[in-house]
Amino acid sequence: MSHLISIVTENLPMLQVVLPMLAAPLCVVVHHRRATWWVALVVTWASFANSVALARKVYLEGPLSYFVGGWEPPWGIELRIDELNAFVLCLVSAICAVVLIAAPRSFDQEVESDRHHLAYAAFLLCMTGLMGIASAGDAFNVFVFLEISSLSSYGLIALGPSRRALSSALRYLIVGTLGGTFILLGVGLLYMSTGTLNLVDLQQRIPASDGHRTIVVAMVCVVVGACIKLALVPLHGWLPDAYTFAPSVVTAFLAATATKVAFYVLARFLFSVFGVASSIDRFHVDWVLLPLALVAMVYGAAAAIFERDVKRMLAYSSLSQIGYMVVGLALVTKSGLTGGIVHLVNHGLMKCGLFLAIACVVLRFGSPHLGVQRLGSTHLDRLRGLGRSMPWTSAAFVLGGLSMIGVPATVGFVSKWYLVLGAFEAGKWWVAALILFSSALAIAYVWKVVEVLYFADPPRREDEVGEAPWWVLGPTWVLVGASLVFGVWTAPTVRMASAAAEVLLPALAGAGP
Amino acid sequence: MTTWLQSLPPGVIMAVGGLLLLALRGRALQFGLVVLPVVSYGHLLALPAEHVVQLTIMGLDLVPVRIDRLAMVWGHVFHWAAILSAVYALHVQDRVQHAAAIAYAGSAVAAVFAGDLVTLFVHWELTAVTSVFLIWSRDDRARKDRDPEECYRAGLRYLIIQVASGVVLLAGICLRWADGGGLEFEGLATGDITSAPLWAQLVFLAFGIKAAFPFLHNWLQDAYPRGTHTGTVFLSAFTTKMAIYALARGFAGTDLLVPLGVAMTLFPIFFAVIENDLRKVLAYSLNNQLGFMCVGIGIGTELALQGAAGHAFAHILYKALLFQSMGAVLWSVGTCKATELGGLFKRLPVTALCCMVAAASISAFPLTSGFVTKSMTLSAAAEGHMTLVWLLLLFASAGVLEHSGIKIPYFAFLAPTKKDWSAIERPPWNMRAAMVTTAVLCLGIGVFPGVLYRFLDFQIEYEPYTALHVVGQLQLLLFATAAFVWLVRIGAYPHEKRATILDFDWIYRRALPAGWDRVVRRSSVFWTRGGRLAENARQDGLVWIQRWVGDGAALTQTRTIRGIALWVLAALAVGLAWVFWLH
Repeated sequence: MSHLISIVTENLPMLQVVLPMLAAPLCVVVHHRRATWWVALVVTWASFANSVALARKVYLEGPLSYFVGGWEPPWGIELRIDELNAFVLCLVSAICAVVLIAAPRSFDQEVESDRHHLAYAAFLLCMTGLMGIASAGDAFNVFVFLEISSLSSYGLIALGPSRRALSSALRYLIVGTLGGTFILLGVGLLYMSTGTLNLVDLQQRIPASDGHRTIVVAMVCVVVGACIKLALVPLHGWLPDAYTFAPSVVTAFLAATATKVAFYVLARFLFSVFGVASSIDRFHVDWVLLPLALVAMVYGAAAAIFERDVKRMLAYSSLSQIGYMVVGLALVTKSGLTGGIVHLVNHGLMKCGLFLAIACVVLRFGSPHLGVQRLGSTHLDRLRGLGRSMPWTSAAFVLGGLSMIGVPATVGFVSKWYLVLGAFEAGKWWVAALILFSSALAIAYVWKVVEVLYFADPPRREDEVGEAPWWVLGPTWVLVGASLVFGVWTAPTVRMASAAAEVLLPALAGAGP
Repeated sequence: MTTWLQSLPPGVIMAVGGLLLLALRGRALQFGLVVLPVVSYGHLLALPAEHVVQLTIMGLDLVPVRIDRLAMVWGHVFHWAAILSAVYALHVQDRVQHAAAIAYAGSAVAAVFAGDLVTLFVHWELTAVTSVFLIWSRDDRARKDRDPEECYRAGLRYLIIQVASGVVLLAGICLRWADGGGLEFEGLATGDITSAPLWAQLVFLAFGIKAAFPFLHNWLQDAYPRGTHTGTVFLSAFTTKMAIYALARGFAGTDLLVPLGVAMTLFPIFFAVIENDLRKVLAYSLNNQLGFMCVGIGIGTELALQGAAGHAFAHILYKALLFQSMGAVLWSVGTCKATELGGLFKRLPVTALCCMVAAASISAFPLTSGFVTKSMTLSAAAEGHMTLVWLLLLFASAGVLEHSGIKIPYFAFLAPTKKDWSAIERPPWNMRAAMVTTAVLCLGIGVFPGVLYRFLDFQIEYEPYTALHVVGQLQLLLFATAAFVWLVRIGAYPHEKRATILDFDWIYRRALPAGWDRVVRRSSVFWTRGGRLAENARQDGLVWIQRWVGDGAALTQTRTIRGIALWVLAALAVGLAWVFWLH
C-alpha cells in the first residue's frame, strides 16, 4: 500500500495530465450518458486534488522537475512545475471539477442525448490539453497540448444547440489553427537557432545569440499566436460568437480556463524564455501590448454596455477583463504582474460563476438561439423581473457582477488594487485612470442587467418560472462564494500570485520602471 | 469569551445576519429581525471598554475594531435605534426590506468602530448599498405618497450620491497613502481646513456629503420622505449620524464647521415652514439638528464635543420617534400631507402623545432629552465668547420649535378638519410599543440627565437644570409659541404649498441642465461649428459610441473568417516591422 502511495506521489505532475487523457477514450467506450459523467467527475476531482497536492509541494519544496519515462532532458520530455504553473493548474482543475457538476442537467437540455459521451470525452481532452500546457517543460509539448485543447474545444463549441454554433466553431477552428501554426513556427525557429526545445535551456541559450534575426521572428510568431488564443483585441474576432453559441456549461468552462492558459503561455515566453532583457528592454513588446490591452479594456466594456444578449455581453466583458490581465503584464512591475496573475484566477472564478448563472436561466427558459425570430432565452428582455421568480440565480448574477466592477470585498477589487498599484509603480498614472474608467463602464453594463432583473415587471404571467435545480445553482454559488471569500481572505491567492510573479521577477530585476 | 468573538467587529453580526434574513419568512423572519440587533448589542457590551483589533491585509495595516469612549456613545445609541426600529417594523412582511435594514444598521455600527480609513470606507459604502432598498421597497400602506417610479428615481439619485461620497473618501485615502501617510482614522485635520492637505479636504468633503452640508444636502430631503413608512425610521438614525461621528473623530476643532453648522441650522427653517409633506418637514429639521452637532464639533472644546455626542445620542431617539409617529400616520391614513390631515388626536391618541413628546424633545423643553443635550452646545458657544454664533443658534432653536415642535403635531393631530377619521385603522401593537418605549426614553433622559452622562462616561460635570437655563429656554419657547399662535390667528402663517420644493436641488436638477442647453445654444450662434460639435457631443455622444460598438455595429458584428485572418496578418506584419525597426 505504501508502495502504491509513493508511486502516486512521485508521479503527481504526470498523473493530472494522464488521468483525463486516459479517461477520454474510456468515456467513448462506456457510451452511457450518466456513467460517462461519473467517469469524468471522478477523474476531474482526482486531478483537482492532485493539483492542490502538487501546489502544496511546490510551495514547500520549490519547483519540481519530472522526467517522463525517466528520460532526462534535453533528450527526454520534462514536466516542470513552479509557482506559476501550480497556480494555473489549480485554477484549471478547480474550474473543471466544479463546472462538471452542473454539466449533466445543462447538457440534457442543450446537447442531443446520444452525444453526451462525446461531450464528456471532448471536455476531458480539452482539460488534458490545458493541464498539459501549464505543466510542459518544453516548447514543443506546449504546442502539442495547445492543439489537443484547441481541437477538443472546437468540438465542444460545435455541440451548441443553435446552428450558428457550427459556423462559430468553424471560425474558431480556422483562426485558432492560425494561432497554433504561428506558435509551431516560432517553436521551430527557436529550435533551429538554439538546438533545444527545453524551456529552461532556451532561457539560457537565447541571451547568447543576442538579437539573432531568427529568434526575433520566433518571438513575434509566438506572441501573435498566443494573443490569438488569448483573444486580445484586435485578434478577438472568434471569441464573442464562440462564447455565445457554445453550450452554456462549455462557455463557463472555456471562459475561465482557455484564455487564462493562453495568458500563461504569453507570460512564460515573454518573461522566462525570451527574457526581459530581450523582449522588453530591447524590443519593447510592452509598448505594443499595453495600448492594445488598454483598448481591449475599454472597447470590451463599451461593447458590453450596448449588447442586448446577456451571454454575448459577458463575452465582451471577458475581452475587457483579458485587457486587465495583459495590462498587468505589460506594466512590467512586480505589483502589476501580481495583479495580472491574480486576476487570471479571480476573473476565472467570477466569470465562470456568471456564465453558470446564465446556464441556470437557460435551463428555465429552454434552449437559446433556437430561431432567428424568437428571442433567445439569454436576451435581456427575457430576464425581466427574474429577481422575483429566480432569486438565487439573480443574486448570484448580482454578486458576480459586483466582482466584475471591482467592489471592495470581492476578488475584482483585489485584482484592480494591484493593477492600479502597479500602474503607479511604473509611473503611468493615466493607465490607472483608464483602469478606473473601464471599471465605471462595468458598472453600467452590470447595472443594466440588475435593473432588468429586479425593477422590470415580468412580461407575461405564463412566463412565471421556478428556480433552477441545485445541481446547477450549487456550482454557481460555489464560484460566486469563492469570489467573495477570496475577496476578503486574500492571503492564499495573492501570495500564490506574487510568488508566481516572483518566478518571472529575477529577469525583472534589471527592468525597473 | 473566545478570542474570535473578541476580534469580531461590533455590528458584523447584524451586517452578515441581515443577509440571512433573506432566507427566512413568517415568524422566523420576525424573530430574526428583533434578535439580531439584541445579540449584536450583547456582543458589544461583552467587549472590553478599550479594545483594539489589528489585522494586515494585502500589506495594509487595518484596525477593524477600535472601541473607546467616543465610539461607544454611537455604539449604544445605534443599537438602541436598531432594536426599537426593528420592533417598529415587525408587522411588515418584506424580507428584502428587513434584510437591508438590519444589514444597514450593522454596517453603520461597524463603521463607527472602524479604526482605520479603509475599514471605514468599506462600511461607508455598505451602508449606502443596503439602505437604498428602504427607499425602493414597496409599501402598500403609503401608495398615495410614494409613486413607485419616483421612489425608484429618488433611490437611484440617493445611491449615486452616497456611493460618490465613498469614492471621494477613497480618493482621499489613496492620496494620503500615496503621500506615505498612514491609514489611521483619528484627528485628520483641525483648525483651518483650507490649508490642510488635499487628501484631508477630500475626506472632509466625503464626510460632508453624508452629513448633508449646505448645498450638498439635497439628497436628504429628496430621499428620506420617499422611504417606506418603517424604512425612513431606520434611515433617519444611521447615515447622517455616522457622518457626524466621522467628523467628530477626524475633524474636531475644524473652524469651518462652525459657520457651516450655523448655516445648516438656519436655512432649513424657511423651507420646513412651507413644506406640505410632514416627513419632508422632518427631513429639513434633521438637517437643522445636524447643524447643531457640526457647530459643537467645530468649536472643539471638551464640553462642545460632549455636547455634540450627547446631542447625537438624544437626537437619534427623538428624531426616530418623530418619524415613527409620522410613519404611523402614513400607515393609518396613507398620506403625510399636512393639507390632508388634522384632528387625528381622537383616533390615534397614543401616536399623538408620543409625537408631542418627541416634538417637545426636539424643541428642548425642560424635562426632555433635547434640553439636557442641546444646551451643552449653546453653553460651549457662550463659553467660547462666540456671541453671534450663540445668537444665531438661539434663533435656530426657536425655528425648530416652529416647524418641528408645533407644526408637526398641530397639522397632523390638532388642526381643525372636516374629515371623519373613525374608519381608519389604528397602528398595530408593535408600532405603538416602539413609540411608547422611545417616548419613555426621551423623557427619562430629560428627567435624569446624570444617568445619561454617567452612562456615556462624560468627563466634564455639566448641570443643565440651572435657573438661568430653564428660565431662558422657557422664555424662548413661550415667545416662539406665541408667535405661532398669533400668526395662525391672523392667518399670516405661511400656507403649505401642494408642490415640490426643490430648494438648492433646483440648481442641480433644473438650472444646470437648462444653463448647459442655453450655453450650447448661445455659443452656436457665435461659433456655429463649435456649438454644433458640443451639442452633438452631448446629445449624440451615446449614439456615436453606439454606432461603433452598439448591437450589430461595425466593431461588434460577427466577423468573417477573412476579416479575422486579415487582422492576424496585420498583427504579424506590424509585429515584424516593429522588431526589425528596433533591430
